[in-house]
Amino acid sequence: MSTIPGVVAINTFREAVRDRVLYNLIFFALMMISASILVGEISIGISRLVIINLGLSAISIFGLIMAIFIGVGLVSKEIEKRTLYTLLSKPVRRWEFLVGKFGGLLLTLTVNTALMTLGLAAALFYVSGNFLRADVSILVAVYFILLELALVTALALFFSCFSSPMLSTLFTLGIYVAGIFSKDIRDIGILTLNPVMQAAARVLYYVLPNFHNFNAITAAAHGESIPVSLIWQNTAYAGLYVALVLIGASAVFSGRNLK
Amino acid sequence: MGTPAIEIEGLTKDYAVGFWRKRMRRSLDNLTLQVQEGEAFGFLGPNGAGKTTTLKLLMSLIFPTAGTARVRGRSIDNVRMHREIGYLPEQPYFYDYLTARELLDYYARLFGYPAIERRQRVTRFLEHVGLADAGDVQLRKFSKGMLQRVGIAQAIIHDPQVVFLDEPMSGLDPVGRREVRDIILDLKRQGRTVFFSTHILSDAEMLCDRVAVLLGGKLQGVGAPGEIVSMEVYGMEIFFEMRAGSSLPTALAGHAARIGERYRVEVQEEQLYSALEQLRSCEARILSVTPLRPTLEDYFLKLVARDKAAAHPAGESAR
Repeated sequence: MSTIPGVVAINTFREAVRDRVLYNLIFFALMMISASILVGEISIGISRLVIINLGLSAISIFGLIMAIFIGVGLVSKEIEKRTLYTLLSKPVRRWEFLVGKFGGLLLTLTVNTALMTLGLAAALFYVSGNFLRADVSILVAVYFILLELALVTALALFFSCFSSPMLSTLFTLGIYVAGIFSKDIRDIGILTLNPVMQAAARVLYYVLPNFHNFNAITAAAHGESIPVSLIWQNTAYAGLYVALVLIGASAVFSGRNLK
Repeated sequence: MGTPAIEIEGLTKDYAVGFWRKRMRRSLDNLTLQVQEGEAFGFLGPNGAGKTTTLKLLMSLIFPTAGTARVRGRSIDNVRMHREIGYLPEQPYFYDYLTARELLDYYARLFGYPAIERRQRVTRFLEHVGLADAGDVQLRKFSKGMLQRVGIAQAIIHDPQVVFLDEPMSGLDPVGRREVRDIILDLKRQGRTVFFSTHILSDAEMLCDRVAVLLGGKLQGVGAPGEIVSMEVYGMEIFFEMRAGSSLPTALAGHAARIGERYRVEVQEEQLYSALEQLRSCEARILSVTPLRPTLEDYFLKLVARDKAAAHPAGESAR
């Protein structure tokens, strides 16, 4: 098995760390500290709910911003700065480069998310003084956020293989928003009587990534348990979708002339 | 003769230009040439001649419209070919958040060397390009010459048999050029094939066993620098000094140029002895007599002028 994607991934992670990408953690920490102090005034039950909701939402939003804005530059930056020229003159296949870049950003996002989760746990302990058994759902919600980020990173990488960073950002954001509402798109198709619209809505529902299923923030905040079947289903779905998007990205990028 | 180091057959590259109405522009036209093992081969041409296009095609950074190429018998599509080659792009740029040592280690990892060997190689090649003391400095603090040297180090970190260098001397000061020239000579001494593009003709004349001249994407000629240009002497150059108070011989006065205290005059070969006789008669001190031969530069400029004349015939340019 090729070790090249791993080598590229570690370098991508190192680039992110040295570019001070993890500085977003400072904002997250400040936000959690302020929120902990503010919600201390509210009753214990609600303060837990607020902290978990706020923490998980922030983990998701910070992660999304990183996945999109770093993801769209993963390939274009290497082409623009011509660092890719020396890399591809080595025995590196283009798909290995792409998988490595994807892996590197995912590693960055995982480390970032793990550190933010620790921050959330500390804030939660500060406001409620203990952890509950139901808090395991928070970890599942974080895991779902990571799966979502993997999907968004793959999409950003795919678009950056053939379009500018600006367009790639718009495309990725567009798909993300449409993916959140993919169930509504399917429902619109069911409601309409036009067969063309019905078919189009059905195709869109299956083609667009279904981000709705990855949102377990509310369930975690209310201490509800998340079914194991959903964990398996989301894992398999994200894995398959990411693999397909990366195969597509490799197909596009392998034929691209690097002018 | 064994397998050539580089074989290029009919390599052609067209680019689509224009936004709405795309038309094709030929950047490289049916290039065919061979480079033998151990040769230092210069790829010459003005900017836009197709040199970088050729190198990018050989590195599979772009794909040919037609034609094929092989390096040491392996097709350029074969990723294993890249184990045997090194490449320095034009005006290289590297990950500036890395130190030179980290960068070379990163590239060495791509060849699968274990940690101990990587460390040894990185140290050896940093020393080889004269960067032993700058190994732990981030590349963002490197000068252009240092970047060029680290670029050469990354190209040879895996001891490739064939090294491709795109304009390795461009933009360097005389000291930097000399350093890069020495590295190329060293590679040549080690028996490696060096294929480098340049528009600095004196470097090509000094370093290359053979050169190819490219103009407008078309190959104009291949051969030893001396074969490419005619070795025929077209004149003689005399440097001399005049004694105080004496004047120049009348026959030479019209075309002798004064350079400080000295004079320089160009004469036909058959007029040399009579010119020397005249200088002797007015007690001039002869400093040097040198036969004049066309240089690669003359050949090059002649080609460019011919190409321009063909593109804009007299009638057209008058309009």
